Amino acid sequence: MTEILDILVSAAFWTAVLRIATPYVLGTLGELLCERAGVLNLGIEGIMTLGAMAGWMAVYQGADLWTGVLFAAFCGALLGLLHAVLTVPLGLSQHVTGIGVTLLGTSLSYFVYRLVLPQASTPPTVTPFQPLDLPGALAQTPLTYLAFALVGLVAYVLYRTPVGLAVRMVGENPAAAEAQGLSVTGVRIGAVMAGSALMALAGAFLTLSAFNAFFFNMVNGRGWICVALVVFASWRPGKALLGALLFAVFDALQLRLQQVAGGVLPYQVFLMMPYLLSILALVLVARRASYPRALMVPYRKGER
Amino acid sequence: MRLEPRNDTPLAVRLLAPVAAVVAALALCALLIAWTGAPVLRAYGLLIEGAVGSRFALTETLTRATPLILTGLAAAVAFRAKLWNIGAEGQLYMGALAAVVLGGGMLNLPSWLLIPAVMLAGMAAGGVTLLGPAVLKTRFGVDEVVTTLLLNFVVLLLVSMLLEGALKDPMGMGWPQSAPVDPAAELPKLVERTRLHAGLAVALGLAVLLWLIDTRTIWGYENRAVGANPRAAAFAGMPVSWIMLRTALLSGGLAGLAGASEVLGLKGYLTLDLSPGFGYSGIVVAMLAQLHPLGVVGAALFIAGIFVGADAMSRAMPVPNYIADVLVATSLLCMLVAGLLARYRLRRG
Repeated sequence: MTEILDILVSAAFWTAVLRIATPYVLGTLGELLCERAGVLNLGIEGIMTLGAMAGWMAVYQGADLWTGVLFAAFCGALLGLLHAVLTVPLGLSQHVTGIGVTLLGTSLSYFVYRLVLPQASTPPTVTPFQPLDLPGALAQTPLTYLAFALVGLVAYVLYRTPVGLAVRMVGENPAAAEAQGLSVTGVRIGAVMAGSALMALAGAFLTLSAFNAFFFNMVNGRGWICVALVVFASWRPGKALLGALLFAVFDALQLRLQQVAGGVLPYQVFLMMPYLLSILALVLVARRASYPRALMVPYRKGER
Repeated sequence: MRLEPRNDTPLAVRLLAPVAAVVAALALCALLIAWTGAPVLRAYGLLIEGAVGSRFALTETLTRATPLILTGLAAAVAFRAKLWNIGAEGQLYMGALAAVVLGGGMLNLPSWLLIPAVMLAGMAAGGVTLLGPAVLKTRFGVDEVVTTLLLNFVVLLLVSMLLEGALKDPMGMGWPQSAPVDPAAELPKLVERTRLHAGLAVALGLAVLLWLIDTRTIWGYENRAVGANPRAAAFAGMPVSWIMLRTALLSGGLAGLAGASEVLGLKGYLTLDLSPGFGYSGIVVAMLAQLHPLGVVGAALFIAGIFVGADAMSRAMPVPNYIADVLVATSLLCMLVAGLLARYRLRRG
């Protein structure tokens, strides 16, 4: 017990929590935006992988870090456009399309990486974002600050602007939105593209901030965990931030407990924790989850 | 121009849809190959030659198709009942785990009893793995897509833990791999001096069996009814939850069998690279087959050919073999559009 307390009061621990939380915050925010507009985006895992690869590759080819970040977001929005076109105007199964987008994003990233670097056995590195010169846990990279600022921005846009109202409306009652003269298709495509750009930022954080290289399988299910976190947050940006932070606390704790209790329990038990926790979170909120009413329901004009 | 649903799709259109999707995917990926600077036609020529150009290539493709038929069937039966099982990868490893535990000397039986027993154990392990998410879905309304996806990671870590612990081969030079299975549990080879094993016969038999169940029995009818409209099925007095659970057992079981068959027929032991994503490719196989059990066989052969052929191609020219994964993903997305066009027709006005 005292070991856990020691961990919880150390500044290094909270630095790690904020760092670990960043990709979850960005990914959850992106998924939340898509789902609020009524589109489940299971392409998240592939979009994060593409963001990680594209951002890193741009910087490796000589672009500066922020250009890399923008390029990653752009690539993410493009894959989002693909997902949106297939699921919104064409009304295809959001589950299967999402899996297809994930397979495409992942395989395309690996293909391009191998094409540019045919026989790199040790992954080449770039100089990543450096932590700001602030005391304690505040010494984070700019992308972490961007992620936390984006929570506020998304919440403001969703609840305080006409654009946000439109997004929420097409996710709850598309027919009513149409009656107000809104283009359901247009709003949904826009929301999915913006959300996918955020997911790609989550990926770019991994290669340009948390690490300095691109590894295969580096996203490692983070995207799926974000999908679970959105349900846990009941589709609210503030709660999504809380969920991501809580999750990061557990993740950072298991990393440190691995070192403390490493001799007693195999390390894999600790690594399983994030995935099992996500499932548990889903079970806990499933009964009272209030889904956006039109989530996963394709909208066709004039059809009931 | 607008889309108008067809009342029923002619067989010719249903057969043409996957062909059109594959042609579209090949055309899209041709752009990617052209981007690498390699000659496109020669690249595809090498791919086809690598997949079916020789006796060896052909048996390799059939060997690769075996687990894909099984995971394809696993996805097809589940998707038919609208149970979105994306966890075939994890279920496959659970089946493989059961196979190395029971086939590694725990059971002392003659070969003709041991092989079916171990394979059934593999099926049971896979089925039980999917039962968890299925119960969560029917009892608590938890979305099974996310739970099955997350379980894939849990299962892989479990396998990794056991391969470094209880199941580690003492003669394995420190590699995380299990001890080899009892020779009596190994599946016989179908063709001498190749890797093609009896697992293919089992997979083909199951595809036919599932097709018969699907079209000729009440079981199959109920499964399709629940998939088409669960509320209507419940109203007609069908036990929807029970149908979901037995579909989960069957789907997980098929994926588990894929793992057991890979261990008993091909590898002989278990490592963490037993499956290069067979569970995920199975989804593509099922969709290309439009969830038809016999179509799964054809689709699995095609996907297997792509993977085997792309390996050969990438050895001959500077195109990374990940082109196979891109082709498979593109095929899936093209197939979704082709399926839509087959179900609707374009009307002017």
